[in-house]
Amino acid sequence: METLTRSELLFDVDTIREEFPILKRMVKGKPLVYLDNAATTQKPLAVIEGLTRYYSEYNANIHRGIHSLAEEATAAFEASRDAVKEFIGAAHREEIIFTRGATEAINLVAYTWARKQVGAGDEILVSGMEHHSNIVPWQIIAEENGAKVIPIPVLEDGTLDMEAFQRLLTEKTKLVAIVHASNSLGTINPVKYIAAQAHATGAKVLVDGSQSAVHLPIDVQDIDCDFFVFSGHKVYGPTGSGALYGKKALLEAMPVFHGGGEMIKEVSFEKTTYNDLPYKYEAGTPNIADTVALKFALDFVKEIGKEKIHQYEQGLLAYATDALEQVKGLRIIGKAPAKTSVISFVVEGVHPQDLGILLDNKGIAVRTGHHCTQPLMDRFGIPGTTRASFALYTTYAEIDALVAGLERSIKTLL
Amino acid sequence: MTARPRIEELEEEIVENFSLFDSWDEKYEYIIDLGKKLPPLEDEHKKDENKVRGCQSTVWLVAAYKDGLVEFKADSDAVIVKGLISMLIQVLSGHTPEEIIQAKLGFIDRIGMTTHLAQTRSNGLAAMVKQMKNFALAFKLQNESAKH
Repeated sequence: METLTRSELLFDVDTIREEFPILKRMVKGKPLVYLDNAATTQKPLAVIEGLTRYYSEYNANIHRGIHSLAEEATAAFEASRDAVKEFIGAAHREEIIFTRGATEAINLVAYTWARKQVGAGDEILVSGMEHHSNIVPWQIIAEENGAKVIPIPVLEDGTLDMEAFQRLLTEKTKLVAIVHASNSLGTINPVKYIAAQAHATGAKVLVDGSQSAVHLPIDVQDIDCDFFVFSGHKVYGPTGSGALYGKKALLEAMPVFHGGGEMIKEVSFEKTTYNDLPYKYEAGTPNIADTVALKFALDFVKEIGKEKIHQYEQGLLAYATDALEQVKGLRIIGKAPAKTSVISFVVEGVHPQDLGILLDNKGIAVRTGHHCTQPLMDRFGIPGTTRASFALYTTYAEIDALVAGLERSIKTLL
Repeated sequence: MTARPRIEELEEEIVENFSLFDSWDEKYEYIIDLGKKLPPLEDEHKKDENKVRGCQSTVWLVAAYKDGLVEFKADSDAVIVKGLISMLIQVLSGHTPEEIIQAKLGFIDRIGMTTHLAQTRSNGLAAMVKQMKNFALAFKLQNESAKH
């Protein structure tokens, strides 16, 4: 009998939802409508059960143990590295460094590479739509070394001002740290083009893939970025998992980050030598369980297929955009031609916090506030937005529920 | 002189009002209504130094001290928060600094607001209470030093 793999099956959201137990939950007496996926995604059974299996069957400390459990745990941990390598299209497995998430990965690059390479008078280009995580680590190093962090302006439609980028990119620029897809606006930035331009002037490029890894096919070799970071919990994986990708030659040349076990070759009071990649950057016992389970999340996405997911989510985005634009007084912030399935909006005369509270009362989870992008909110002259973000398990009916909930909430508030 | 209602009595009134509502929708409608009815704060008071930290929305709070009693005025750009402040003012305004400092404010929990509002917003409510008590404490200290 011939069996079909899941990637050959049609995209069926009802079947997919069956794999996410939390989606069956009631909130405030109503079925949960979870539209806060840009903050964190829910977890499929493969991840939840995978975590239980790890702790029930092969929990052990990795790499140095000689016993069977240690070997099994090590093999699972390293299998996750291979899965990440494949997921983002890296050339070598040792280019994948496990971290707690994107924030830690960015800080690793800031405290090792940037601290040595970005000096007085040098500049780090970021965009005006960065998450604070891709601003503050650079500011810390810039302040220490006398360098500057310069934002590339954002245009009214939520795209980057590429002319300004060309102008701001000079021989002083040592790094361009840019978000692949904006968490607040959904804007997908032309990172491959940006990387090519940056490299032409000798700058390195870090791409923050926190919001893109879950929605877009990623190929770090095609983008040709020097660093790429993402968080596991935004790709259906566990919190506390994530990775830094760095080009091998760069990672090898960079100084070490945290000192401790695992990252050393030999320790003596006269001279300590460091381990090879990737262990050089993985001091101490890592988050083994969550990193092991990250693979199950990536496998889940791979089995369904990124292209298929992207197509489905783009359908949701178009449908929701049309529906929300019909709501009186509602203005969408961020209308870039290329977006992930994220919609930020403001409603005339209504505070986002009030909307968030009333929607929650209807079982609808959205995010309100500045989304850790205060400079971007200032750019648009607003204190914050209400943001609905969709995932592969979001249904068209949930978007209808959001719109109906909004209409009713606005009526109550005005 | 007519007797001033005690803080506990004012709290009790609010709890009784809330007991009439069957659903959270109704509770929120009531709070929103209170928010809309709270007189807006004059623009001169809407400055940074009068902002209460710890809220997702902006809250301004001012206090005046007259004839031994504290009067609060407040405003917010979010109407639900404004409704919550309105209740706090209803309960705490027109009392002596000592009474305000001692107030337990159990009504917040009894009308379900501590458990119902998310942590961050609940902190906002806590921040407002703290700010009001700080004002009362400042007036009390002012009083004491004036006596000496």
